[in-house]
Amino acid sequence: MAFLFFRRLVQIALILLGVAAITFLLLYALPADPARMIAGRSATAQTVANIRRELGLDQPFLVQFWTYLTNLLQGNLGRSYAQKTDVATLIVARLPATLTLMLAGIVVEVMLGLLLGTIAAVRRGGIVDRLVMMASFVGVSAPQFVVALLLLYVFAATLGWFPMSGYGTFAHVVLPALTLGVLGAGWYARMVRSAMIDVLNQDYVRTARAKGLSARRIIFRHALPNAILPIIAMIGIDIGQFMGGVVVVEAVYGWPGIGQLAWQAIQQVDIPIIMGVTLTSALAIVLGNLLADLIAPVIDPRIRTR
Amino acid sequence: MHVLKSLVRQPTALFGLVIVLAVIVLAVAAPWIAPFDPDNQMFDGLSLEGAPLPPGGDFLLGTDTLGRDLFSRLLFGARTSLIIGLVANGIAVGIGLLVGIVAGYLRGFLGTLLMRFTDLMMAFPALLLAIVLAALLRPSLWIVAMVIAMVNWVQIARIVYTETRGLVERDFIMAERSLGAGHGRILFLHILPHLIPTAIVWGTLGIATTVLLEATLSFLGIGVQPPQPSWGNIIFESQSYFQAAPWLVFFPGAIILLTALSFNLVGDALRDILDPTQRGRG
Repeated sequence: MAFLFFRRLVQIALILLGVAAITFLLLYALPADPARMIAGRSATAQTVANIRRELGLDQPFLVQFWTYLTNLLQGNLGRSYAQKTDVATLIVARLPATLTLMLAGIVVEVMLGLLLGTIAAVRRGGIVDRLVMMASFVGVSAPQFVVALLLLYVFAATLGWFPMSGYGTFAHVVLPALTLGVLGAGWYARMVRSAMIDVLNQDYVRTARAKGLSARRIIFRHALPNAILPIIAMIGIDIGQFMGGVVVVEAVYGWPGIGQLAWQAIQQVDIPIIMGVTLTSALAIVLGNLLADLIAPVIDPRIRTR
Repeated sequence: MHVLKSLVRQPTALFGLVIVLAVIVLAVAAPWIAPFDPDNQMFDGLSLEGAPLPPGGDFLLGTDTLGRDLFSRLLFGARTSLIIGLVANGIAVGIGLLVGIVAGYLRGFLGTLLMRFTDLMMAFPALLLAIVLAALLRPSLWIVAMVIAMVNWVQIARIVYTETRGLVERDFIMAERSLGAGHGRILFLHILPHLIPTAIVWGTLGIATTVLLEATLSFLGIGVQPPQPSWGNIIFESQSYFQAAPWLVFFPGAIILLTALSFNLVGDALRDILDPTQRGRG
């Protein structure tokens, strides 16, 4: 077990190294020039060259990457070109906002997904089942930004129940969390439904039914816990998806998280921040998967023996 | 033929198929159907105060902030979306098939290397990668298609890899090999045909993802550039105006949703039909 865990950690380190290398190479190869961006449009070639030297951008690719890597291994993500601040500090400052949003979004989608998926499985083939399945399809096909704007239009601009944008109070979280949660719930509902259908067809559920347990007890006490496993894996995947995927939602709602930081940095060709956010997101993806794999055997003893 | 029949028999799949066909027909026939030139900034397309006109009257779905006919722009936007959908998906399915087959068939060093690379790509934040690429390259229709393909091939490669691994173990491949068939013959005549259903299913589902991704990139202003209309950039151009003219956001939004939904419905139904083991598992 300890050995397996260690192997996973090595794998994770290798994956992050690979992500760093590919992103660095891409950013190096792309035609956008950070030095010119900082110097401004009217700068002379001399000024641009000076800035380039100052940032170490005149060095060969491998030298630049080696410098970045050695800094990274010492926990140093470099300094932002535009904001002249430590990238790590900037990211850590934005992390609470994004994590709040992520947590709220996951809570909404898991609750909704469990509820709808269970109802659909129990009423399999009926009209409710079909409606839920259709709704889950709509959820996975809806463009996030349109739903965000729609919610803003109805609940903020017209009804005035929630603020248009910003961060700080519970009211600010509701609409962004709903945007993420309602759309994500589609996947969860489908997974819960198919897992529940598998479980409900098993012998022990028939036994439970035969000994006269109430339907509610069978569903919530006997069936649902066994259908929960795919949900755990799904949450693990979602943690990673959220980190890289919040750019749009944060942009629409003016949510001061990692996504906004990344979006701003991309427009300014602020390479250290782009690198930092990409690595943070990749870390979230691998850690999310690791977390799911670690929790699964705790919940389901059958996996432990494997 | 029997695939089409089974498809038509399911109400949701039929609904999806009808919408998909309608979008294709409207996109192809856009120049003949569109009542106005999509780029024409008409003087009578704005109210006296210079505001866009609401739906109804001369302009079926109203006009945008520059006095252009929204309906015509949406029709031409369908072309953009479909071209990107087809090109990006064609490339993604192509790369996915190639990588998946090679890795699944050859295994060995090259196979392992390819799959490790695919694993690596799975750890990439896809949307963020697409945004970075699209923003730093000067965006155009083709660049957007490339960027989307770069992000979308990974999942297909994984699925093809798993299926190829399974196929290689089957008896008919061993029989073929013992008859002296070369790698090329086995790959193209015996393995590839078995993967075509997978390619069709993921190609169809992928168009839904692509339409959404293109709209998202265009919405951020880093996708297809105005004045060339795309469903995403129509919303991008009018989002600061959306409280006064909500139709400029919600018509294109509804069309994006409907198109993505339809491709998803058709793709899902195709998966059920082409792969009976998956039936009813959702």
